Amino acid sequence: MSSLFSKKNIQLLSGPLGTNNPITVQVLGICSALAVTAQLKPAFVMALSVTVVVAFANVIISLLRNTIPNRIRIIVQLVVIAALVIIVDQLLKAFVYDVSKQLSVFVGLIITNCILMGRLEAFALVNKPWPSFLDGIGNGAGYGLILLIVGFFRELLGSGSLWGFRVVPESWYLANGGFYSNNGMMILPPMALITVGVIIWVQRSRDTKLQEK
Amino acid sequence: MEHLLNLFVKSVFIENMVFAYFLGMCSFLAVSKSVKTATGLGLAVIFVLGITLPVNYLIENYLLKEGALKWLGAGFEAVDLSFLSFIMFIAVIASMVQLVEMVVEKFAPVLYNQLGIFLPLIAVNCAILGGSLFMQQKAFNNIGEASVYGIGSGVGWFLAIVAIAAIREKIQYSQVPAPLKGLGITFIITGLMGMAFMGFMGIKL
Repeated sequence: MSSLFSKKNIQLLSGPLGTNNPITVQVLGICSALAVTAQLKPAFVMALSVTVVVAFANVIISLLRNTIPNRIRIIVQLVVIAALVIIVDQLLKAFVYDVSKQLSVFVGLIITNCILMGRLEAFALVNKPWPSFLDGIGNGAGYGLILLIVGFFRELLGSGSLWGFRVVPESWYLANGGFYSNNGMMILPPMALITVGVIIWVQRSRDTKLQEK
Repeated sequence: MEHLLNLFVKSVFIENMVFAYFLGMCSFLAVSKSVKTATGLGLAVIFVLGITLPVNYLIENYLLKEGALKWLGAGFEAVDLSFLSFIMFIAVIASMVQLVEMVVEKFAPVLYNQLGIFLPLIAVNCAILGGSLFMQQKAFNNIGEASVYGIGSGVGWFLAIVAIAAIREKIQYSQVPAPLKGLGITFIITGLMGMAFMGFMGIKL
């Protein structure tokens, strides 16, 4: 029996942080990555929620993998995911109500987050529970990394703050006699798309194997 | 009638599923390599949204929301089943998509083969569930409004995916830098299209 943290298992955690990133390489989980990253705090909460759901859904489906009939596997997956998301949604409403209001429908949309179905189909159905758990954490972390990067730039350049704390000094703003004003576009959807495009550009310039022909 | 038309135009352009709310991005990016498959998928999405939204509206208003169960009797007025929304909506959506799959396989087998795995994946297309969840938030007055919203959102998504597919077909012959080829340039173009659609945002309907 291979050790709990063997090389292969560590690879499951580190792969999605780089060459197998769910957003920039596997093209999964795009919708929520763009919609909730106007500020850093909701981005972080969303990343945490998705990581939890992916990890536990992976474990549950992996435990059930030999008993699910093939014809209804999508429905079983959806039910497991929906149940986990309902739990996460209730927890968010209970503990971080203001962030949950900001995330609005996107918590529910974790159900349709392609990362979930993608990892369940590609990994959990054919692997043991512990590697599946690690794969879930790894992919959640890779997703979270991109969310945090995009959220960082969008909040910094778009609102002059980070995590709600003012970073750009008030005195710099035009209204207060300074020279700076926030880039309002960054808070709006289109810039999120362009930011992710630039991240992909940087990643593929550094790792030419990922470039498309 | 005019009110319904306003709602339709609003859901196609001003509150476009792709450019304003980013829903359905995964299949949007994956299926937009050719206009033919994009059109096929877009039509399927219009159909699924047009059907699931009225059905989910009925479920929301007669089963789920607070006070919805009062038709069962006086004792049920305080019951709030909205926490079950996710499961109910996704169940309706999954069954409708199964239906669409069967219809497409029977009447357009070529399209069925071209769409491949992406047809059943409409069930997890965030635009579909998102449409139902937005409908819950917007609290429409009647089923007609919900249906118009559904069809309008579908048409908006269709418009977006066909447009990006057409552009991607054209830039096949352009000299895109290697790291940007494919996914990177598509993100940037979609962002630019989003900026263009923002021009609609100031319109008050």
